[in-house]
Amino acid sequence: MHSTDTVAEARRLMEICNACRYCEGYCAVFPAMELRREFSNADLSYLANLCHDCRGCFYACQYAPPHEFNLNLPRTFAQLRAESYREYAWPAPLAALFRYNGVIVALVLAAVLAAVLLLITGLQQPSIVYGPHAGAGAFYVVIPLRVMIAVGSVAFGYALLALAIGYMRFWRDTAQGLRHPAGMRAWWRALGDAAALRNLSGGGYGCNDRDESFSGVRRWLHHAMFYGFVLCFAATCVATVYHHILGWIAPYPLFSIPVALGTLGGVGLLIGTIGLLILKIARDPAPGAREMLGADIAFLVLLALVAATGLLLLGLRDSAAMGILLAVHLGFVLALFLVLPYGKFVHGVYRLGALVHYAAETAPVRSGERAIE
Amino acid sequence: MTSLAGSYDVLVAGGGNAALCAAIAAREAGASVVLVEHAPRAFRGGNSRHTRNFRIMHAAPTATLTEAYLEDEYWDDLLRVTGGETDEVLARLTVRGSAPALTWMASHGVRFQPSLTGTLSLSRTNAFFLGGGKALLNAYYQTAERLGVVIRYDTEVRDVRLRNGAVDSVEVASAGESLTLCAKSVVVAAGGFQANIEWLRQYWGAAADNFLIRGTPYAKGRVLRNLLNQGVMPVGDPTQCHAVAIDARAPKFDGGIVTRLDAIPFSIVVNRDARRFYDEGEDLWPKRYAIWGRLIAQQPGQIAYAITDAKALTLFMPSMYPAITAATIDELADKLTLDRVVLGNTLHAYNAAVRPGRFNDKILDDCRTDGVAPAKSHWAQRIDTPPYVAYPLRPGITFTYLGVKVDDKARVVMSGGTPARNLFAAGEIMAGNILGRGYLAGFGMTIGTVFGRIAGAEAAKHAQH
Repeated sequence: MHSTDTVAEARRLMEICNACRYCEGYCAVFPAMELRREFSNADLSYLANLCHDCRGCFYACQYAPPHEFNLNLPRTFAQLRAESYREYAWPAPLAALFRYNGVIVALVLAAVLAAVLLLITGLQQPSIVYGPHAGAGAFYVVIPLRVMIAVGSVAFGYALLALAIGYMRFWRDTAQGLRHPAGMRAWWRALGDAAALRNLSGGGYGCNDRDESFSGVRRWLHHAMFYGFVLCFAATCVATVYHHILGWIAPYPLFSIPVALGTLGGVGLLIGTIGLLILKIARDPAPGAREMLGADIAFLVLLALVAATGLLLLGLRDSAAMGILLAVHLGFVLALFLVLPYGKFVHGVYRLGALVHYAAETAPVRSGERAIE
Repeated sequence: MTSLAGSYDVLVAGGGNAALCAAIAAREAGASVVLVEHAPRAFRGGNSRHTRNFRIMHAAPTATLTEAYLEDEYWDDLLRVTGGETDEVLARLTVRGSAPALTWMASHGVRFQPSLTGTLSLSRTNAFFLGGGKALLNAYYQTAERLGVVIRYDTEVRDVRLRNGAVDSVEVASAGESLTLCAKSVVVAAGGFQANIEWLRQYWGAAADNFLIRGTPYAKGRVLRNLLNQGVMPVGDPTQCHAVAIDARAPKFDGGIVTRLDAIPFSIVVNRDARRFYDEGEDLWPKRYAIWGRLIAQQPGQIAYAITDAKALTLFMPSMYPAITAATIDELADKLTLDRVVLGNTLHAYNAAVRPGRFNDKILDDCRTDGVAPAKSHWAQRIDTPPYVAYPLRPGITFTYLGVKVDDKARVVMSGGTPARNLFAAGEIMAGNILGRGYLAGFGMTIGTVFGRIAGAEAAKHAQH
């Protein structure tokens, strides 16, 4: 991690926090901090990505502004996370996409949508695009399956590659000090922490989602969104098995497994993303960072659009609107894949890395001994 | 916002833990309550902002406490630290009241963190607030607002007018405007006077100008002085205050916990003249840290420097300020603006007196000096490994002991010995009744909570009759 003003500010705050430690019950950041006396740039990147932005420490802080120590940890860590996303992005020149990310995501979305619609309307007969279709293979009449598979897998494959390289860069930078490599047990614990969003529980009492008061709403909305996303992904996997192994061709009936999973996932995604958007706008801006606001909102809106068009497509798949809706929905999905490594989504990748690091460095070695002194 | 004008059943002067406990207790007893806090909202809560835990009697382990801590042991601890300067009736009332207080606190929004196993070794006796004192205050303010307590920030109580042994009216100042409020009962929970440098100067002279105040700048003691001037019986030694050595770079007020420095047992401490003046290794640090504020207050210029070397750097909790380091003692003397020759001699004499021993920072080890005055009794190691390290120190004042006398119903007692009819006190303003001397971690919050609840309930009861 390069030295920047944000890194210097994060170091100043951690040195104050480490002399106080009142917040150690809120989340993993503070116990991780207490394992250190000095904070390298890499340490600060790790701690910033370990922070889940629950904001408990801001409202509890006796040194929060207007106190002269001006301690605003959630804001500084959010700024540092934004810088770390640029630091680890692959390929490096595309790190620039994290600047004005909201605009970038909107432009990608517009471009992809325009391209998909132009291609469909240019290459297909109007009767195919605007006419109703029924029975097996109805979708593939509008957009051939091999085109869907080719474009989708190239885009998604690239996203996975870029995210994996980003993860490796983050890990190589921040986990140098680990005395023991992160083994299966650390991964298992980290995945459990991530799946339960354990660090968004504010020590068991909820987080400061909107203001000084505590609630679990943000955590549950994130669950709805995340597990909605997972269910949609599962729907696609089941459909792949249906198609390629069982030879059952989409569209599938309403009460089939892929449609049930996709519907449930879509609803979860929609509830989660819209809820999180409202929370993002309604919450106290004091502990937040403006740097990430555009990226946050763009990604949530994109996910909501994917979910909404997917549900709409399901509802209207027997009508003449199907052709255009399919194109629009797949356009949104393609745009999502493309911006995956260059937008808000990366927070999950680095957060998971930080949780693995935390699990590894706090794993009891023998009779309460700690892996890092 | 509700208008300040009008009359209330209960007026609470102050905005810290004791004030909130009193306001909530009075409101829940059915009284209409106004709470008058001198500080603006951002700095509300007095010194409770800087607290972290609460000392509590308990018979068995709980989610937030280990083992047991029974009344007799609690009382013995109090007797030991106060040297008997305590009122046994009020003290035992507080100790017994601490057990049910825990449930009450939790049911009024206070969150606790699981029992600690760290360096503080207080997990048996003290329950820790999740996020510390400010989080506790946030919870109480939210509860008070929900219950309908009227809260006025930026409003200072100037005069609690006593007439014939009862409060007749209360004069407050808000935004430069003076207002008179009427209340059937008044609870004063407005703290001590440690932030009133002028008052401290009465006892400490010009030295007080060099004191740093660890907590709120709003603890001016105006209500305390006002009541004592009107014939309320004082309690506690007015000249005494709890003073520790803190980093001299700390702000004048409100530096709180992060300015604390635990380096002294592993250092030598010299004054402005570069000379040592007290045994730095006299006893375990938790038993000695509270004497160093006074020791430094008695030194010229009220400044001192803890000096050690690279060997000691990881032995104490980090403070928020970086160590002042130097490759040589001369360079360190220059950085601290101390006399090179005297500092060199002081260090030489100390190093020459260090006897071989087995160093152990956890116990009273056998590393001591022989033939230097003052001696260093434990953890004495030669200071000879660069980089040399120093921290500047000043007295940091935590609280004062002077207060108003109260009875077991938290009623303020007049100098004739009779309690005022409708005036109650809670928190630091009356803590001197129970903690007349010394310090017991988390006990101030216990006094505030227990007496806050008593004062609030009694004030409401009086108002309703």
